Amino acid sequence: MAVLSSPLSTVRARNLQGSAGRTAAERAVQAVLLAAIVLTIGVLVVLVLDFSIDGIPGLSWEFLTSYPSRFAESTGVRNGITGSISLMLLTALFTFPIGVGAAIYLQEFASKNRFNQILEANITNLASVPSVIYGLLGLSLFVNFLGFGRSLIAGALTLTLLVLPVVIVAAREALRSVPQEIRAGSLALGATPVQTALRQTFPAALPGTLTGTILALSQAIGETAPILVVGAVLTRRDDTLPWNWFESFSALPVQIFDFVKRPQQEFQVEVASAAIVVLMALLLLMNAVAIVIRYRYARKL
Amino acid sequence: MSTTSPTTHEPGHRGTPPLVSSRSPVPEITAKVLLGFCAAVSLITTVGIVIVLFEEAITLFAIPGVSVVEFFTDTAWRPFTGPESEQFRLGVLPLLNSTLLITAIALLVAIPLGLASAIYLSEYARPGVRRTVKPILELLAGMPTIVLGYFALTLVTPVLRDLFGPERVPIFNAFSAGVVVGVLLVPTIASISEDAMSAVPRDLRNGGYGLGASKRHVALRIVFPAALSGIVSACLLAFGQAVGETMIVSVAAGNLPPADIPTANPFQQVQTMTAYIVQAIGGEAPRGSVVYQSLFAVGALLFVLTFTVNYIAMRLARRFREAY
Repeated sequence: MAVLSSPLSTVRARNLQGSAGRTAAERAVQAVLLAAIVLTIGVLVVLVLDFSIDGIPGLSWEFLTSYPSRFAESTGVRNGITGSISLMLLTALFTFPIGVGAAIYLQEFASKNRFNQILEANITNLASVPSVIYGLLGLSLFVNFLGFGRSLIAGALTLTLLVLPVVIVAAREALRSVPQEIRAGSLALGATPVQTALRQTFPAALPGTLTGTILALSQAIGETAPILVVGAVLTRRDDTLPWNWFESFSALPVQIFDFVKRPQQEFQVEVASAAIVVLMALLLLMNAVAIVIRYRYARKL
Repeated sequence: MSTTSPTTHEPGHRGTPPLVSSRSPVPEITAKVLLGFCAAVSLITTVGIVIVLFEEAITLFAIPGVSVVEFFTDTAWRPFTGPESEQFRLGVLPLLNSTLLITAIALLVAIPLGLASAIYLSEYARPGVRRTVKPILELLAGMPTIVLGYFALTLVTPVLRDLFGPERVPIFNAFSAGVVVGVLLVPTIASISEDAMSAVPRDLRNGGYGLGASKRHVALRIVFPAALSGIVSACLLAFGQAVGETMIVSVAAGNLPPADIPTANPFQQVQTMTAYIVQAIGGEAPRGSVVYQSLFAVGALLFVLTFTVNYIAMRLARRFREAY
């Protein structure tokens, strides 16, 4: 109490000025604080309205299914869509097993030694490395050193390393919320620790892990900088398919970047915003799937 | 849950290793090593980043006509002409200046908005409001940055040009990009600061009320100072995020390293470190060339900067968690 008394005595002295002034000041502070939130959300609303109003009129079946063109009327995002979906599927294929494996190791087996503490701190730190740096890693390691070239697989592996920390954190969170009784029951029936982790704990944590993975993937397909650095091409007149690992690729965000950078108004505003609407629809769809999974399995458990 | 625990007990196997082990394809230790390897991938990534960035950066300084000292002290950045040219200058300071200018503008926007939001959410908002507002802020944080770049270039810049006059505000300028980066940082600062303030024990607040303090005094003079290390940590993380932000600045701030540095003029075209990486990669410079290797030198500087700031933020965050 002695520590607190000195600043508070001044607070108290100031407060004796009467309750009317006090209420007014109180309201003013609250209004200013609330205004900050309203302003931030307002910007978000304006942003969404801005690209929706500009972009929705430009949407058409032709826009979704055409390859890029020099002319704004006939251009489309077909290779961007196929590229982003291919990248997402491949990234999921690599991220999910590695992320889950890492989470199981850290959550179920790792003792509190120095090495494991470094592993944990490292994952936190990796999550805040700028994404463009991952692009440089991918460029040097996958494109040049391993000789994959500027290919789909190089892009997918780069995105895998980028979102791996997010998946690990989400999977650990899900494993942590599995009741201890499930592990105890399994071990009591004679299962080994690894069997318990893989056949009991992990399946129980699956919904949370899946939700986290999908959210991480939606972050991955919104990323522009890393795949641009790894060598996504701006204009590609061919579909990108998930099994064509060593072919060049494009992606929706990269196409949007290309459109925005063009000098013509039709590309910079109308075409770019239409492509943004497509990207946002894809992200919305993935988030909806994540919410459905969370909701359905939350009831079952 | 599709699988259930093995319940079929075969008699006569009591005391032997667990029954299911005969069905297990991999021995226990192999499985653990495999899982441990998955966890090690993250460590390998970090080591990989450090090796790649520094090895390729060192290759740059081995090229004749390129020097480490000039890289850190020269005040012009003209890498595209090649070291034989008279025009060639390779000083990173203009890029660093641009990055810090954008970061400063962004933090000037984000810190007041983020902290005010955090105080409101932690001390004033009803639980229902908090439950609605937090996901909306997350939505903003999850917005692809290329979309925010579009927003900066096609909406914020025209508004600025109307306000201040098109002769003062060029189409590509640091101000527009900085403000939008700032908006992107609000959720980072708000969410981490709110966590720190919510972690301040009730007793401290009640002590304040007991001594007659009003709500705003409790919020601003008791909770805020008590959560200060968490709040500083949030601002540092936001700083690191701003320094590493790429697409907003690539689209809206331009690709021209300022000629006169140091400069703090927000209404000029600049080129941040990240924007240079994006611009230079577009030219598909061959391996071993000055431009290709300079990507990694700039990247290494970027990494050191963000890593240091994030490390300090992490240490601070740990301290505020230990305090109570």
